[in-house]
Amino acid sequence: MRVLVAMSGGVDSSVAAALLVEAGHQVTGATLKLWGGTSDTGCCSVADVEDARRVAAQLGITHHVFNFSTDFQAQVVDHYVAAHAAGHTPNPCIECNRRVKFDRLLVRAAKLGFSTVATGHHARSIRGGDTWRLRRGADRAKDQSYVLSMLGQGELAHCLFPVGELTKPEVRARARALGLRTAAKPDSQDTCFITSTGGRARFLAERMELHPGRMVEAASGKVVGRVAAVEMVTVGQRRGLGSGPGGRRRYALAVDPASATVTVGQASELVVDHVEVDRLTWVGQPVPWGVPVLAQCSAHGQAVPAVLQGAGACGRAVLAFAEPQRRVAPGQTVALYDGDCVLGAGVATR
Amino acid sequence: MPETIAYLDHAATTPMRPEAVAAMLGFLTERYGNPSGSHSIARQARLALDEAREVVATALGAQPGEVVFTAGGTEADNLAITGVHAAREGARRSHPGQGGTVVCPAAEHHAVLRTCAALGGRLVPALPDATVDLDALADTLGPQTSVVSVMLANNEVGTVTPLAEVAAVVRQQAPDAALHTDAVQAFPWLDVASLAAPADLVAVSAHKFGGPKGVGALVVRAGTSIAPIIHGGGQERDRRSGTHNIAGIVGMAAAMRATVATRDATVQRVAALRDRLADGLLAAVPGAVETGPRRSKVAGNCHLRFPGVESEALVVLLDQEGVCASAGSACASGAMEPSHVLMAMGLPVTEANTSLRLSLGATSSDDDVDRALDVVPKAVAHLAG
Repeated sequence: MRVLVAMSGGVDSSVAAALLVEAGHQVTGATLKLWGGTSDTGCCSVADVEDARRVAAQLGITHHVFNFSTDFQAQVVDHYVAAHAAGHTPNPCIECNRRVKFDRLLVRAAKLGFSTVATGHHARSIRGGDTWRLRRGADRAKDQSYVLSMLGQGELAHCLFPVGELTKPEVRARARALGLRTAAKPDSQDTCFITSTGGRARFLAERMELHPGRMVEAASGKVVGRVAAVEMVTVGQRRGLGSGPGGRRRYALAVDPASATVTVGQASELVVDHVEVDRLTWVGQPVPWGVPVLAQCSAHGQAVPAVLQGAGACGRAVLAFAEPQRRVAPGQTVALYDGDCVLGAGVATR
Repeated sequence: MPETIAYLDHAATTPMRPEAVAAMLGFLTERYGNPSGSHSIARQARLALDEAREVVATALGAQPGEVVFTAGGTEADNLAITGVHAAREGARRSHPGQGGTVVCPAAEHHAVLRTCAALGGRLVPALPDATVDLDALADTLGPQTSVVSVMLANNEVGTVTPLAEVAAVVRQQAPDAALHTDAVQAFPWLDVASLAAPADLVAVSAHKFGGPKGVGALVVRAGTSIAPIIHGGGQERDRRSGTHNIAGIVGMAAAMRATVATRDATVQRVAALRDRLADGLLAAVPGAVETGPRRSKVAGNCHLRFPGVESEALVVLLDQEGVCASAGSACASGAMEPSHVLMAMGLPVTEANTSLRLSLGATSSDDDVDRALDVVPKAVAHLAG
């Protein structure tokens, strides 16, 4: 079949392309130009495009560059900035997957005659009859099913994750065996458009107004300090908030840019028994309320037992944890699993 | 890759003329001399260089001493603008920062646009046909203007600027300014020798008319002071240092001679092909729009917009079907950027992203047009569906 491989210039997508070629598919590579600004992961840099192009040449496949930077700006960067302005903690990689890689690119690929898009994500899509399941990657440490948890049947039917069955060392070994120039390339880290020198603070400061705010202690209601920028504080954060009575560490319990207030408290106050989510989507059939699931609330977090309760309208639901958990920052994706299969995902609201 | 290819990207580059290849071969093998030497091997090269300079001078309507060989059109543009600007800065060293201002229209090639930007120059708006707005130009110019750079034919949409009218405005509003013209896209189609006569500086690039890549020329008319931007051994009368690319220069001269000798016939033949292509596509594709008035375009340019169709996808699909075309300009990574030319013409970015440039050249044939007429409407319909 005709497969378009999204080649970032990294080792995973290089090997994904190689595996598809070995499997006898008609493979074409495409590198997405997403971010035109500075970056230290080098994502979308000329050097990365060159790596992808050279790997494609080595594999004997055609390579294109698609400029999706306008979509990336509108759907990912603007969303990221707006979420921070609302005091939320967004997952830009998930928005990029949702809006760009598994929407814009799938549509582009279909128009160019490619029935399937492959990426180098560490996850497994498994077909059973007419339905597709999404499983964690074979390498649990490198598993990326969390950032794909918003995919549905419509996307999975047209996606391949060829390296999902391999561990990272196996991927690198394959790349080395094939003599691919990306074999020893370091893994990409963190958000591609945030640089380590400037950080999130500078990125946001260049795009929105950051407001100083007051730190209010939850228990007493007293103002106990100030923060330089309310929008920079994440629920659950400890750093920069000082300590309370008896030197106990303070954590951010809530962030409210409207009143320029960060509510702080002790670790014990950070613990909650539920999280509210919206934008709930399902990989397959919706899970009936009351059925036990596992919930993963951050990219590298543990999956913990929980139960979905009492849904509201429009993809809203309450997720009750079996054991109390640290508060989930609003804006974070909550991925739901059955064992190591993704059931669906929502975005934390409160 | 499809078996036959319709190459319709001649404005990007065009195949080398056999005359140019033949002329170059000897200089890639036994005639390896450096023309700056004083022995027999060097003299051979010097002779070839002098002869090439005469050919180029004639083709550009200049004296041989006014021709400066460069490593391409971009360097020629850079030398013209930066070199003249710097010479004026130098002449007014007693008044630092008084070298004046460079000025160019918004639809220029990046070689001009970014050189002007690097010198803190001023932009003049373009008209909807991509040529410079003469009223706005007049308003921008002043006694402080150092260099005005206005292209002869636009690289994307092919429209030709009436350079004599530009020159009249420049001489009146900024009598001390030098007028440079980027004639890179014009040379295959237009009598640059006469059309660029009003300009003080004229840039061309060999690979646009059947010469090799990496060689170009700048005419610097007598009386125009210019400072070098590349320093070294003082070649090219101290206007451009560096050992001469003899093979390239000889190839360029041969391509120029062949181009000028056949230009009228080529223009007539290619314009007919282009008209058949453009008219055929406009008739076959509902909603297709031609960019710029055809009567003021060079013969090889066919620029269309297909509302609702992304040019980036269209170019890939056409490539799969054996039609080589382009849209916008590519950045360093190879990604297509929205065309600044179309935006300077007042088109919104959404519309600029629906454009397709099919550019013909001296080797274009009826087969190329037939293939494009077969493939393009299907591809557009597929993407619009």
